Amino acid sequence: MSETKNILNVSRRTILKGSAATTGAALIGGTFPMHFIKNAHAQTFRGDPGSASSVKLGFNVPQSGPYADEGADELRAYQLAVKHLNGEGDGGMLNTIKPLELKGNGILGKKVEFVTGDTQTKSDAARASAKRMIEKDNVAMITGGSSSGVAVAVQGLCQEMGVIFMAGLTHSNDTTGKDKKRYGFRHFFNAYMSGQAIAPVLLDEYGADRRAYHLTADYTWGWTQEESIKAATENIGWETVNTVRTPVGAGDFSQYITPVLNSGADVLILNHYGKDMVNSLTQAVQFGLRDKMVNGKQFEVVVPLYSRLMAQGAGDAAKGILGTTNWHWSLQDEGSQAFVKSFGQEYGFPPSQAAHTCYVQTLLYANACEMAGTFAPWEVIKQLEGFEFDGAGNGKTLYRAEDHQCFKDVLVVRGKQEPQSNFDLLEVVKEVPRAQVEYPADMFGGELGPYQV
Amino acid sequence: MDAIFLQILNGLDKGGAYALIALGLTLVFGTLGVVNFAHGAIFMMGAFCAVTLEKILTLSVRVKDESVTFFDAYKETPYLEVWFGDTGSAIINWSVPLSILLAIPVMLLIGIVMERSLIRYFYKRPHADQILVTFGLAIVMQELIKAFFGANPIPQGAPDIVAGSAAIGAVFGLGESVVYPWWRLIYLAFSLMTIGLVFSFLHFTTYGMVVRAGMADRETVELLGINIERRFTIVFGMAAVVAGLAGVMYTPVLPPDYHLGMDFLVLSFVVVVVGGMGSLPGAVLAGFLLGILQSFSSMTEVKDIFPGIDQVIIYLVAVVILLTRPRGLMGRRGVMES
Repeated sequence: MSETKNILNVSRRTILKGSAATTGAALIGGTFPMHFIKNAHAQTFRGDPGSASSVKLGFNVPQSGPYADEGADELRAYQLAVKHLNGEGDGGMLNTIKPLELKGNGILGKKVEFVTGDTQTKSDAARASAKRMIEKDNVAMITGGSSSGVAVAVQGLCQEMGVIFMAGLTHSNDTTGKDKKRYGFRHFFNAYMSGQAIAPVLLDEYGADRRAYHLTADYTWGWTQEESIKAATENIGWETVNTVRTPVGAGDFSQYITPVLNSGADVLILNHYGKDMVNSLTQAVQFGLRDKMVNGKQFEVVVPLYSRLMAQGAGDAAKGILGTTNWHWSLQDEGSQAFVKSFGQEYGFPPSQAAHTCYVQTLLYANACEMAGTFAPWEVIKQLEGFEFDGAGNGKTLYRAEDHQCFKDVLVVRGKQEPQSNFDLLEVVKEVPRAQVEYPADMFGGELGPYQV
Repeated sequence: MDAIFLQILNGLDKGGAYALIALGLTLVFGTLGVVNFAHGAIFMMGAFCAVTLEKILTLSVRVKDESVTFFDAYKETPYLEVWFGDTGSAIINWSVPLSILLAIPVMLLIGIVMERSLIRYFYKRPHADQILVTFGLAIVMQELIKAFFGANPIPQGAPDIVAGSAAIGAVFGLGESVVYPWWRLIYLAFSLMTIGLVFSFLHFTTYGMVVRAGMADRETVELLGINIERRFTIVFGMAAVVAGLAGVMYTPVLPPDYHLGMDFLVLSFVVVVVGGMGSLPGAVLAGFLLGILQSFSSMTEVKDIFPGIDQVIIYLVAVVILLTRPRGLMGRRGVMES
């Protein structure tokens, strides 16, 4: 009995001494234990699922308007990602991305649910639907979109509201340049990277003595692409004859194409995307540009940003045309194959590059939450910043901390002359290594802004 | 000089499309007094007649591509080519001109059904009601097309023989490099011919004379014992056919998608207003005028002086014309002024 008492006394003193010493050391060392700071982990943030058994993500994609097909494909990818996160299906890239802390039990043990919004590919509509999902549905993250105008607008909103935005398809340098935001992250490549990737191929195929004429969609993406492609082609010795801005959705581009005929240019560069690209390319071919000889050389058309859906819209006109793309279903690496397999078996056709980027973005966000051990956005952001991974389809990839731009291999593609099947429209000419498309983080200016808003 | 010549051609070509759509709009407005915002959607439906026929003609034998795993990819060979070889390929190649044959009855039917089942209940209602109901109808039509054909543009080729460009420069004594796509020349000829046919019908046939009389004084014509309403229904059908054919012929120029109609609708209304509400020659004149102005304003030389002028020229001209001639170029007193 006395023996027991003695032991108890000693141990109580030891514990008291020990805890006092720990607290003192922590105070002196400046690493204050978190439970002493008011509102540390308990600090509230938008989208906090709290003690709920599920967490909601907001998928903001074009469900109507000219990009509805691309939006539908993004949504398919998101649904697949949610399935895989919740441990359903074959797991897809959960098995290939490394490092990855996802276990197929949702995010931080909470089942993943989602709500969708319609961006209509209009900045104001996209902001309104993102706002609704944040305020009404309490989503922890917003993702999606198919235009840089929309991405920049929604990213700005997300920064103001303190909700992470994982951008969908957006290719303007501004998204992670002058308009970059702490709360915005882009997996997709950008116009500068397209220029760096395609220029050496253009030099190989068409030579250094070329005169280029640009037709450019008159908005943020078009402007930055024109700038980047112009710089990259002038770097390989090409001369720029003219750059002409065209209104978005012009439909008939004949009045912009006829001046090309007698401009002395021997390359037409179409800084157009989606429907505009389908129309301008179709019409350029009708005006006989591709059969034309100028300065003793075959006239060529280049579409710097290409997608399979666009090649399908342009039909025969797209055959043989060079461009760049973020990703293509025919890639043979483990990650791409896992994704194409899951997507193909689920839906019966291959995913688009937009679907790929959206799928990867969702997994990366979920993984960052697991790594942070919380949904608190400022902690999740810190995990995404500088995150390096492999197995998502473009080789070793870095989410650069300074501007939230992903750096990975870029594909140079060509419209296939003899398609083997209805989905076989692009052939990969070159997988350009990441090192070739990297650039200094401060090149495009901009400020990320604060972690806490 | 070459550039100006080409821009005139571009303008005429664009103007041809505007004029054809505006002609139908004016015809319906002049006869039935209905402001038809679904007219652009009718143009789009015409374009999808071409898409439909092409889809039918290219129904294919599908051979699975075994090299593709994870999903089914097919190499498609149209039945027509399998059965008839080169003749089959030629038929597919001519699918756009052939679809005119399909579009005439289909568009006539669509027009008549639309008028009988919906539009006629709105004759006596305010223009605002007409605009709302026809705009709603346009949205329904385009969503139906989207549900069947998707949102992406669907390319339609012109027949190989006219797929290239004509060395038109040589004909007019200009440089060798002045070329213009054959199909656009055909489109221009087609629009002039259609406009001619519509005018001839209205001016040189008894039927047309009665319609014109009805446009001028409906009551008197009815007092003469003529069922003017039935004739107007036919006119509505005719306007639908004109817009539909314009749509069919435009598909090789612009791969059609469900939104094609809306893209043209606003412009066509500007054309009608500039031409003068209810005036057929006004609509045609304004169509070509605005087409040409739009082309010229897109020239680099012009844009250097007035940046962005190509995006606003149409509306600028509309404002100026409405300020100086409030009834439009050839508008008549009393139309939409009661």
